[in-house]
Amino acid sequence: MEHPTFVSHALLLSLVLFGLGVLGVFLRRNVITVLMCIELMLNGVNLAFVAFNRAAPGGSLDGQVLVFFVMVVAAAEAAVGLAIVIALHRHRDTLDVDAFSLMRG
Amino acid sequence: MDAILFYVFAAIAVASALVVIAQRNPIYSAFALIVTLCSMSVIFALLGSPFIAVLQVIVYAGAIMVLFLFVLMLLNVKSEEDRPAPGTRTLRGVALALVTLLVLQAGTVLARWQPLPAADFDASTRRMAEVLFSPHFLYVFEATSILILAALVGAIALARKEP
Amino acid sequence: MSPSPAVQELILAVVWIAVVVGGLLGMFAVMTWVERRTLAFMQFRLGPNRTGPLGILQPIADGIKLFFKEEALPAAANKWAFIAAPGLAVATALLAVGVLPYGPPFRFPAWGWLPSFLRDRPAQIQIATIDVGLLYIFAITALGVYGVVIAGWAANNKYSLIGGLRSSAQLFSYELALGLSWVGVIMLAGSFQITDIVNDQGRRAGGWFLGWNAVWQFPAFLVYFLAATAEVARIPFDLPEGEAELVAGFHTEYSSMRFALIQMAEYINMITVAVLGTNLFLGGWHAGIPGLPSEGLLGFVWWGVKVFAVLFVFIWLRGTLPRVRYDQLMHFGWKVLLPVAAVWILVTAAAVAFFPGAFPVASR
Repeated sequence: MEHPTFVSHALLLSLVLFGLGVLGVFLRRNVITVLMCIELMLNGVNLAFVAFNRAAPGGSLDGQVLVFFVMVVAAAEAAVGLAIVIALHRHRDTLDVDAFSLMRG
Repeated sequence: MDAILFYVFAAIAVASALVVIAQRNPIYSAFALIVTLCSMSVIFALLGSPFIAVLQVIVYAGAIMVLFLFVLMLLNVKSEEDRPAPGTRTLRGVALALVTLLVLQAGTVLARWQPLPAADFDASTRRMAEVLFSPHFLYVFEATSILILAALVGAIALARKEP
Repeated sequence: MSPSPAVQELILAVVWIAVVVGGLLGMFAVMTWVERRTLAFMQFRLGPNRTGPLGILQPIADGIKLFFKEEALPAAANKWAFIAAPGLAVATALLAVGVLPYGPPFRFPAWGWLPSFLRDRPAQIQIATIDVGLLYIFAITALGVYGVVIAGWAANNKYSLIGGLRSSAQLFSYELALGLSWVGVIMLAGSFQITDIVNDQGRRAGGWFLGWNAVWQFPAFLVYFLAATAEVARIPFDLPEGEAELVAGFHTEYSSMRFALIQMAEYINMITVAVLGTNLFLGGWHAGIPGLPSEGLLGFVWWGVKVFAVLFVFIWLRGTLPRVRYDQLMHFGWKVLLPVAAVWILVTAAAVAFFPGAFPVASR
């Protein structure tokens, strides 16, 4: 069964989403929005995995299994990241990334 | 028919991703991200992965984003806190993002990969389970369960009030 | 003249959507009347009996009243989110019905006024058949949390926000136990599709009702029933409504048609959960006694009786039990239901692994 013709377009879409995520991480100043843009990047990566897996020879499912693990790790990372955000907010009462620049050398 | 659906949902995904990075109120960004995640789920289904499509909604749109919304609503985040970064930092950020994007896309286009026709692509849940629990991935699977436990304990320890 | 198979499928799907959605909205109206009368009799009073004979026109009267009420929009509320939230709640409620079978497979009778491709055609009232049917329902249930959260937040009201956050916490806590209760059933049937699960129950124990999953997966059935009661926010878990507790919970600021939409979403969820419980645990459309036919019209009768029985138990619980406290609710969901469901999955998996002879379908 031929893979659908839009597999390569799905790759382009994944790059666009990844690029938008990178843009968001640079441009946004709210910590939670930065975390959301990281999730966007991870979604772009997931789409790339699934698209490549669709075109992979021999019908192997390794790409999708990797997507499964990426989702699990993203969930764990979001939980811990948001817990850190809550702790930071309690400490400084702001969610601006520039307020947490103590380690800037 | 599949192609039309793909392009429609790809457009929706890109449009809501733009809203995510452009909206000043982070709660509206979260709503837009939910829309992006759901349209990605449809695209996964179109690419022949029903299990991953459903998992995307259950895990990402149904659990992670609820967590984000909870934190946003409990911390009562206002939209004024998010003015765009001043001056050259914005330009440098945009430039870096564009360069990354171009390099990656160039790599995809220039690399001489010929996608072979996938013979009898079957991504049913039964096959996914056979691969997940095969010796190839079993160790990783069990390790991620310990990872989730560690994340759970860590999140509780980080976020609770000092008694 | 006869349309292509793809168009035939499309026409049939549209017909089923009309039937199912129309039936659900009609059932919503009937259920409000049934609930009020039944509750009243349980509480030793009469209930609505003025509008029409036996008060049967009460839902219509309610609808007209709600239609003419003033639609208040709080000035400081998030306008678009406030308007969209009830619509989102109804949308997710209706999306879930896409993969449920609403009755047994039957044949269209050969009536002359039916188009030629429909006459004497085997069919089943099910809008779509997908590989991962039950997982899809779980996904839509996960999305159903958003209607509540956004409604609570958009009203810009302390009580609404707290009510909304509490309700969504309740919803996704019990969603886990709900999903885990299905795993044993899926394991026994070897498939995610609900039709397969129903047929699997019909094959066991020679067609007697002792072969139903309510007997073979009894702890899962209990967990499912309690988690489903919490998912649709029925008493004793009706903190989301919280009458006299948090003013009115997450729908404090909603009036008139928006409130009606939220109520409709709740009742449709209740009916969906009852249909799902019947299909997964009570043998669906199979009569519990071998020898009685289970196809066609009689199958509908058995199925309908079971769904109504489940709905009656929901109403019965409402008339009997008080509301649980929030911490009791969280404790019950996480520390009782979830471990019970998880342990039962282990037991089922061990049984299937060590006694493959007793579970012919599961151990394929």
